[in-house]
Amino acid sequence: MVEIRWHSRAGQGAVTGAKGLGTVVATTGKQVQAYALYGSAKRGAAMNAYNRIDDEPITNQETKMYPDYVFVIDPALAFSDDITKNDKPDTQYIITTHLSKEDLIAQIPALQDKADRVHVVDCMQISLDTIGRAMPNTPILGAFMKISKMYDLDFFLENMKKVLSKFPQKIIDANMEAITRAYNEVK
Amino acid sequence: MAKEFELNEVEVWDGNYAASQALRQAQIDVVAAYPITPSTPIVEGYGAYVANGYVDGEFVMVESEHAAMSGCVGAAAAGGRVATATSSQGFALMTEVLYQASGMRLPIVLTVVNRALASPLNVRGDHSDMYLGRDSGWIQIDAFNAQEAYDLPLCAFRIGEHLDVRLPVMVHQDGFTTSHKAQNVYPLKDDVAYKFVGDYVPVDEMLDFTRPVTHGAQTEEDWHYEHKAKQHKAIMDSKTVIDEVFEDFKKLTGREYKRVETYMMEDAEVALVLLGSSVETAVLAAKQLREEEGIKVGVVAPRCFRPFPYDLVREALDVPTLKAVCCLDKSSPGGAMGALFNEVSAAAYTTSSRPMITNYIYGLGGRDFAMDEAKRIMKEQKAHADAGHITTNIQQFSGLRGPKLGFYETRRS
Repeated sequence: MVEIRWHSRAGQGAVTGAKGLGTVVATTGKQVQAYALYGSAKRGAAMNAYNRIDDEPITNQETKMYPDYVFVIDPALAFSDDITKNDKPDTQYIITTHLSKEDLIAQIPALQDKADRVHVVDCMQISLDTIGRAMPNTPILGAFMKISKMYDLDFFLENMKKVLSKFPQKIIDANMEAITRAYNEVK
Repeated sequence: MAKEFELNEVEVWDGNYAASQALRQAQIDVVAAYPITPSTPIVEGYGAYVANGYVDGEFVMVESEHAAMSGCVGAAAAGGRVATATSSQGFALMTEVLYQASGMRLPIVLTVVNRALASPLNVRGDHSDMYLGRDSGWIQIDAFNAQEAYDLPLCAFRIGEHLDVRLPVMVHQDGFTTSHKAQNVYPLKDDVAYKFVGDYVPVDEMLDFTRPVTHGAQTEEDWHYEHKAKQHKAIMDSKTVIDEVFEDFKKLTGREYKRVETYMMEDAEVALVLLGSSVETAVLAAKQLREEEGIKVGVVAPRCFRPFPYDLVREALDVPTLKAVCCLDKSSPGGAMGALFNEVSAAAYTTSSRPMITNYIYGLGGRDFAMDEAKRIMKEQKAHADAGHITTNIQQFSGLRGPKLGFYETRRS
């Protein structure tokens, strides 16, 4: 079982991202869950989304999880959210930030003993450059592919194209570029 | 002619989308609906299917849930296949008309996304609305995950429309936990699903002008009682049709449903009885506890909340090894034991094992049902079994902050 917790703001596409990841994973015969805790949250409010991935049908319907991966897709949430909540000794962190890894960790006490498990990538800048607006949900998945080695990049891109197929070609291409850049730039 | 919707063998759908796809495949004539969280995406999805030509029927926008169910009653009496969706306060507003629908024997399908009832206002899932419907004369079937939220509406049309039943059917799923959680769902092709549901066969339809009929007539003490008794008999007897439809569905899909689902009960010493998505968590907790501590835990889950399956609950609990059972109710009982505790106790009273039975209220307003808490409750039942008597209050609250709440003690050992 692989468990992922997303830290996001409502409107940044964490639910879409979590469902997109789930859809890609399901095409490979695995079982998935993608869900979020938001309810009456308004745009901009901090929220969590979640993924579970396993070879067997997933029956755990508890919302809380002990994540293997934590995605922080809004830079400020790394400072204001309890991003290390319920973590494990091997939990990996993928954090959107314009800071260097060292500068980021220096400012977040909770991460200071986890430096080897923290990965940074500027999904905000990447999505601004490629998609044209701050939409960090798809690039973070590129970074995740690099860190987790779950699928190789080409396979993931091919399947994400299908997930995004309802969008115009221009948007699909921009997302592919964003995913690829995040894959290459995550540190 | 409605367009075919292209579906993959496996889709990643949440419970809401799954339910809306099932409604689309049933080719309903009229959906009259008013949106409410968390069931909104069901009717939103349905509206999109209508607008995009995937459905031939009518989508009627109304001004309230009372009007929504009234529209459904009118359309069903006219002779159409009818369905809608609601939750919580919307369900409460529909309640008056729910009784009209069942009394008029109109096989409407209502997909209910279970949510707490105010006050305090809360959009999250508990079973308050499901429990509010339990005397309404509707068949109530409960889905525990997104796949079931797709499968069971298809079964619901078959069950409710069966000429021996002719009753409205609710299909419940848990708000957010099921309705907003995407999981692998294996849908049927449109033609296969529709063939399973079958063409709608109207009975005494108002639009048959060659044979005028009266619907919703007034009866006083002369006939009301006989009507209600007949209606009660219809819902009690519907169990054979429910079993048949589930059997046919298994033949078609390989997915098996029973009026009562049982898990690891063969040698169980303690058991949990509960409803909804928590069943899945409880089964997983029971499996783990068997491995970790060797405690023989089983789980019993009424799939059918109405008609209440006394026969199968009794059978499930008539296990010689069974000593302690905990019934978990996800609805505030307002001055009583939980409804599930009451029903299950009645069913268990005549078993030879006569297990000790306790009650937990849990999960109100969407409070998370945790694996750890499920295991703690199971271990507490084991403590009752070891002691030979109930070691706690009979009714307790799970996952509650603040002082511990408990009510009633037993002298029975």
